[in-house]
Amino acid sequence: MSKLTIPQEEIMSSGHLACQGCAGALAMRYMLKVFGKKTMLAVPACCWSVIDGPWPYSAVSVPLFHTAFETAAITASGLKAGLVAQGINDVNVVAWAGDGGTFDIGFQAISGAAERNDDILYVVYDNEAYMNTGIQRSSATPYGAWTTTTPANHPKDRPKKDLVEIIAAHRVPFVATASVAYPEDLIKKFEKAKNTKGFKLIHIFAPCPTGWKMAPELSIESARLAVQTRVFPVYEVENGVHYKLNINVKNPKPVGEYLKIQGRFRHLKEDDYKVIQENVDREWELLMRKVETFK
Amino acid sequence: MKKVILGDHAVSYGALLSRVQTIAAYPITPQTLIVERLSEMTANGELDAIFTKVESEHSAMASTVGSSAAGARAFTATSAQGLALMHEMLHWAAGARLPIVMANVNRAMAPGWTIWTDQNDSLSARDVGWMQVYCQNNQEVLDSIILGYKVSEQVDLPTMVILDAFVLSHTAEGVDIPDIKKVDEFLPPYKPEIKMDINDPRSFGALTSPDVYMEFRYKMQQAMDKAKKVIVEEGKKFGEMFGREYGLIEEYKTEDADTILIASATVASTARAVIDELREKGEKVGLVRIRVFRPFPTEEIIKVLEGRKKVVVIDRNISFGKTGIFFDEVKGAFYNSKGNKPPMFGYIAGLGGRDVTPKVIREIVEDALNKDKPESEIIWKGVKL
Ligand SMILES: Cc1ncc(C[n+]2csc(CCOP(=O)(O)OP(=O)(O)O)c2C)c(N)n1
Ligand SMILES: [Mg+2]
Repeated sequence: MSKLTIPQEEIMSSGHLACQGCAGALAMRYMLKVFGKKTMLAVPACCWSVIDGPWPYSAVSVPLFHTAFETAAITASGLKAGLVAQGINDVNVVAWAGDGGTFDIGFQAISGAAERNDDILYVVYDNEAYMNTGIQRSSATPYGAWTTTTPANHPKDRPKKDLVEIIAAHRVPFVATASVAYPEDLIKKFEKAKNTKGFKLIHIFAPCPTGWKMAPELSIESARLAVQTRVFPVYEVENGVHYKLNINVKNPKPVGEYLKIQGRFRHLKEDDYKVIQENVDREWELLMRKVETFK
Repeated sequence: MKKVILGDHAVSYGALLSRVQTIAAYPITPQTLIVERLSEMTANGELDAIFTKVESEHSAMASTVGSSAAGARAFTATSAQGLALMHEMLHWAAGARLPIVMANVNRAMAPGWTIWTDQNDSLSARDVGWMQVYCQNNQEVLDSIILGYKVSEQVDLPTMVILDAFVLSHTAEGVDIPDIKKVDEFLPPYKPEIKMDINDPRSFGALTSPDVYMEFRYKMQQAMDKAKKVIVEEGKKFGEMFGREYGLIEEYKTEDADTILIASATVASTARAVIDELREKGEKVGLVRIRVFRPFPTEEIIKVLEGRKKVVVIDRNISFGKTGIFFDEVKGAFYNSKGNKPPMFGYIAGLGGRDVTPKVIREIVEDALNKDKPESEIIWKGVKL
């Protein structure tokens, strides 16, 4: 990986309302560093509708439109259309949503924007549950996780929805996963998205210490372990068919190392670890085949 | 230029003449002809607008909200189920104070499936903060789109222009299509004071505490009050320029009338013939058409109704568990007025597109004329049981 410099300018200011260790806040900071001030944001109901601050404050010095839960993608498309209709072609519009607003309720509007290839960047900061409303499960919640609607004696029994594959199936120019634990890769992806016309989606793994029941200082570590255990592969897909693994994990750590630092997995037993390990191995294998076959 | 066109196409021409810059819409009978014609107009360059063919009405309104917030003149159109699906975003458009104009073709709500007209779709969106204009003919439909932008852009609230399914949407009428240069004079380009602007970054619609929320709502009500004046002023100006004046209500032969019939949309245009007929028989009846339902023309209605002997309201809608909605609102408008309060008869007719013919209207008025006061708060016309 070639060295790159991360812009020094801060477009997001301190004083925002995120919890300690919020990776969703960190992701926004990186995105704005790359995208700069010629950017507009559409933010649906999610933690970020709180993080940015109450009226009349804002933690970002770019225009931000708060919109309904399921409308991040289409509000961004509408903003872009409104700008272009006025001859303003050099402003990037970014939809910035949580996993619930993306994997669940906002799914239809994302599919619409992707299919039309609307010229927006859609970022999902994935903290794997509805955190704004108090840690309820979403379809991005992983197998085995505790949430307030999947209690420890009945944790989530279905795997996480594979968002990137579904978006790739729309044959959009660029879709990728990324992690706050790998800022260079993340920055590069923001740059690529900025320089690509059409629909782009970046799925950012964004630990939430509050919702994951872990210490704030473990935020980045848990994100790094998710990659190093192959729980969260970092890759990209161009035009729906060209796969590229961005971070190769040659000697993966056992999934237990990732799971055991989080309270939301505390109820899991060795047998559960085994099931999760098998799932992770199988998914990785599947991805590697795609990476090898569709270069 | 005079053309014979369908009501739906009158909407499309209204949007064209208003030089809308963005359109986002989803097809639904009987609105489809509007979007089909707008697709042609944008495809062949007649209309320089970006048309986003969205995947749902919820997205149609969300897209329109986005474009309007960015500073563009934004348009959409829908009907019934589509309007219901949009509901959340109707609040958003009004709460964000965006001067969007939307055509809604009045169609009854399912189930049972129906495509025919009544007003329960738009009246279910009564309290979202949109102005509502009920049109009686295709000319008024076209003119009201232009007027909609003219008013909305001054009061920062959206306008819903409403036309009856089929009775207008799919019926051809002679319509004067004004010269676009003249419309430009009447309706200058949209220049919002604040918008999503990278040179003036703000956040829009952020979290509000109980300490500030109410003031935003107070200001919406103030805007509605202001709109009453603006609608009348602009309606007059429009009349001076184009020869067709519009107000909040329209009176027909009310001057010496003992009995006033109140109706809206095409029921009102049909009612005119009935008024003439009854007048020939010596009945002193007149008609008030409620054109603008939000903001509600309370003072105007009190003024025409005070001192009359009877008031008859025909509703092509119903608030289940209460009465017809226009009836309810007219009655409510009266409660605190000083003058005498004539007995008020409320009839429900024409739901789900059942024809409201001159005969139906005549029977309704005659029924009221024959009674001292209504036997109940709600009188169903023509229900087969
Ligand atoms: C239509 C609608 N349904 C439900 C809600 C309540 N709600 C607000 S935020 C939220 C969860 C958001 O979860 P996610 O998108 O994952 O973002 P996070 O809070 O985790 O950042 C829910 C359920 C809403 N605002 N609108
Ligand atoms: Mg979440």
